[in-house]
Amino acid sequence: MAGSGVVAVYGNGAIAETTKNNSPFSVKVGLAQMLRGGVIMDVVNAEQARIAEESGACAVMALERVPADIRAQGGVARMSDPQLIKEIKQAVTIPVMAKARIGHFVEAQILEAIGIDYVDESEVLTVADEDNHINKHNFRIPFVCGCRNLGEALRRVREGAAMIRTKGEAGTGNVVEAVRHVRSVMGDIRALRNMDDDEVFTYAKKIAAPFDLVMQTKQLGRLPVVQFAAGGVATPADAALMMQLGCDGVFVGSGVFKSGDPAKRARAIVQAVTHYSDPQILTEVSCGLGEAMVGLNLKDEKVERFANRSE
Amino acid sequence: MVLVGVLALQGSFNEHIAGTPFFHISMAYLSRIALRRLGVKGVEIRKPEQLENVTSLIIPGGESTTMAKLAEYHNLFPALREFVKMGKPVWGTCAGLIFLANKATGQKIGGQELVGGLDCTVHRNFFGSQIQSFETELSVPELASKEGGPELYRGVFIRAPAILDVGPDVQVLADYPLSSNKELDSISVSEAQDQEGNTGSVKKVIVAVRQGNLLATAFHPELTADTRWHSYFLKMINDVGEGTSSSIVAVGAELAELHLNQQAKNDLPIFQ
Repeated sequence: MAGSGVVAVYGNGAIAETTKNNSPFSVKVGLAQMLRGGVIMDVVNAEQARIAEESGACAVMALERVPADIRAQGGVARMSDPQLIKEIKQAVTIPVMAKARIGHFVEAQILEAIGIDYVDESEVLTVADEDNHINKHNFRIPFVCGCRNLGEALRRVREGAAMIRTKGEAGTGNVVEAVRHVRSVMGDIRALRNMDDDEVFTYAKKIAAPFDLVMQTKQLGRLPVVQFAAGGVATPADAALMMQLGCDGVFVGSGVFKSGDPAKRARAIVQAVTHYSDPQILTEVSCGLGEAMVGLNLKDEKVERFANRSE
Repeated sequence: MVLVGVLALQGSFNEHIAGTPFFHISMAYLSRIALRRLGVKGVEIRKPEQLENVTSLIIPGGESTTMAKLAEYHNLFPALREFVKMGKPVWGTCAGLIFLANKATGQKIGGQELVGGLDCTVHRNFFGSQIQSFETELSVPELASKEGGPELYRGVFIRAPAILDVGPDVQVLADYPLSSNKELDSISVSEAQDQEGNTGSVKKVIVAVRQGNLLATAFHPELTADTRWHSYFLKMINDVGEGTSSSIVAVGAELAELHLNQQAKNDLPIFQ
C-alpha cells in the first residue's frame, strides 16, 4: 500500500477490525465526509427536527434535553428514550445522530439497533465509565467523539471513532472553550508538522497518542478523520469562526432552539458555514436574528466543565 | 488549463478537488504526473455568477436536502438548470445524482428542488440508514473499456440513492444486484421489481448512468484511490471542448493563476 499513496488507518497490524461485514472504516468515515461543510443541530422532538431539516442542517442530534437544560436541571443525563429517537428518525430524511454515555457500550448497542446513523459518545451526558471509552471497533455504526487536544483526538480515533469534534463547553453559548480546543488541536498539528521525524516518538509519548496515528497526522497535516467544532456556537459569526479556524463543520447544540427565532437562526448558521469566508454574506445572514441564547460566563467557578469529564 | 467547477455548498467537494487527479495532495507520484498531463483544476462554486467561469461542473456527495436549501437561498437553481441545458458536462455523485434526476422519490416532507435534466427516477436514500451503507466491487465494463484497468470498481455507497428506471436516451454504466435478504423497505423493493420485471428474476438497481453530457453515480469515486471515473469525466469535457473556441482556455488560464496563489488545503486520507 505504501507505493500507492493510499493511507490505511488500520493495516494488517495488531489491531484488526472485528466487524468486517460491509462496514469498513472507509464507510464509517464516508458519512462524516458527506457531512462536511454542514451544520449538525441538537433537537429534542420531531417538530424541532423538521425545523432543522428545513433550515438546511446536514444532520440532527436527537436528545431528550439540550445541553443548556442538562446544565440547568442537573441530575444524571442518559441516552434518550429510543421511542423519541425513532420519532425523530421518522420525521426527517437527513442523518440522525444520538448520544451515548462515555463507556456505556450497551446504550451504543441500543442506538445501533434503532438504526440511527451516528453515535456521539458524549461528555455532555454523565460519564458511565471513568476509565474506558467504548471500543468502537466492535460496532458497525460509526462514532463521533469529543476532544480538547491532539492526543485526546488520536486516542479516540484509535478506539475506532470515525469522526472527531472538539468539545468546547456545551450549553454555555460561550464560544471561548470551543476556540481554545480548536486552536489547541490545530496548533499541535502545526507544531508536529515542523518536527523532525526523530522527535515524533517522544512527542507521541508526551501527548499519549498512538505513534502511527501521530505520524500519519504529521504527514497529512490534519486529523486523519473529519473534524467538527462543538460546544458554545450560538451565532453565525461563531460558526464561521470555527470554519475559518479550519474545522470541517459545526455542531450547534442549545444555540438554535434556545434563541428567540430558531428557524431563522438555524438558516443563518447553515449559510454562515457554507459562506464562511465571505463577510458580505455573513453580514446579511447575521442581521435581525432576534435574541441569541443567554450565555454563561466561564470565568465563574461554579459552572461545571463538561469537557474535563473524560481524557 | 481546464477548469472544472465543483459545487461547494456542502458535502465532499474537498474530496473531489483534492483527493482526485485534479489535485496533488496525498496522492501517489503517478497520479501527480497524470494531473500535469491532464492539467485540470477544481474550482469551488458557491454563487451563480461563479458558474460563468467554468465549462464543466461536478456536484459532489453530501446531504441533498442541505445542498438544495443552500442553492435555493442563493438562487443557484436557475443558473444550474441553464448550465445543464447548454450541454456543458455535469457529473453528480450521490447527492449530485439526485440533483440531476428529473424525478426523485423518498424525499423529505414538502420535497426538494431539483436541477433535472437526467431522464431517470432516483430513490433517495434507497439502501437505508448508515448501518446499511456498504462497499462493494461493481462491474464496470464501459468504464474499463474506455479507461482500461480491471473490470471491477470499488464503489463506496453512503446512505446512497439508486436509480429505479431510466429513459431511452440514458446509457447504464453500472448496476448493483440486490440480494433478497437485504433489509429494504417494501416500497423500494417492489419498485425495483417493477423495473426489472421484464428481464427475469434477478433484482438489481442502476448505480451509474450517462446521458449525453450528464454523468451520474450513486456511489463516491471521490472517496477511493481509483481515479478512472474522474478521467472518464475529463474525456467527456475534452470531447465537448474540441468544438469550442480557445477563448475559454484563455479565461481558464487567467483564473487558474488566481487560484494557484491560494494555499492548497490538506485533505483526508483515502481509506482502504
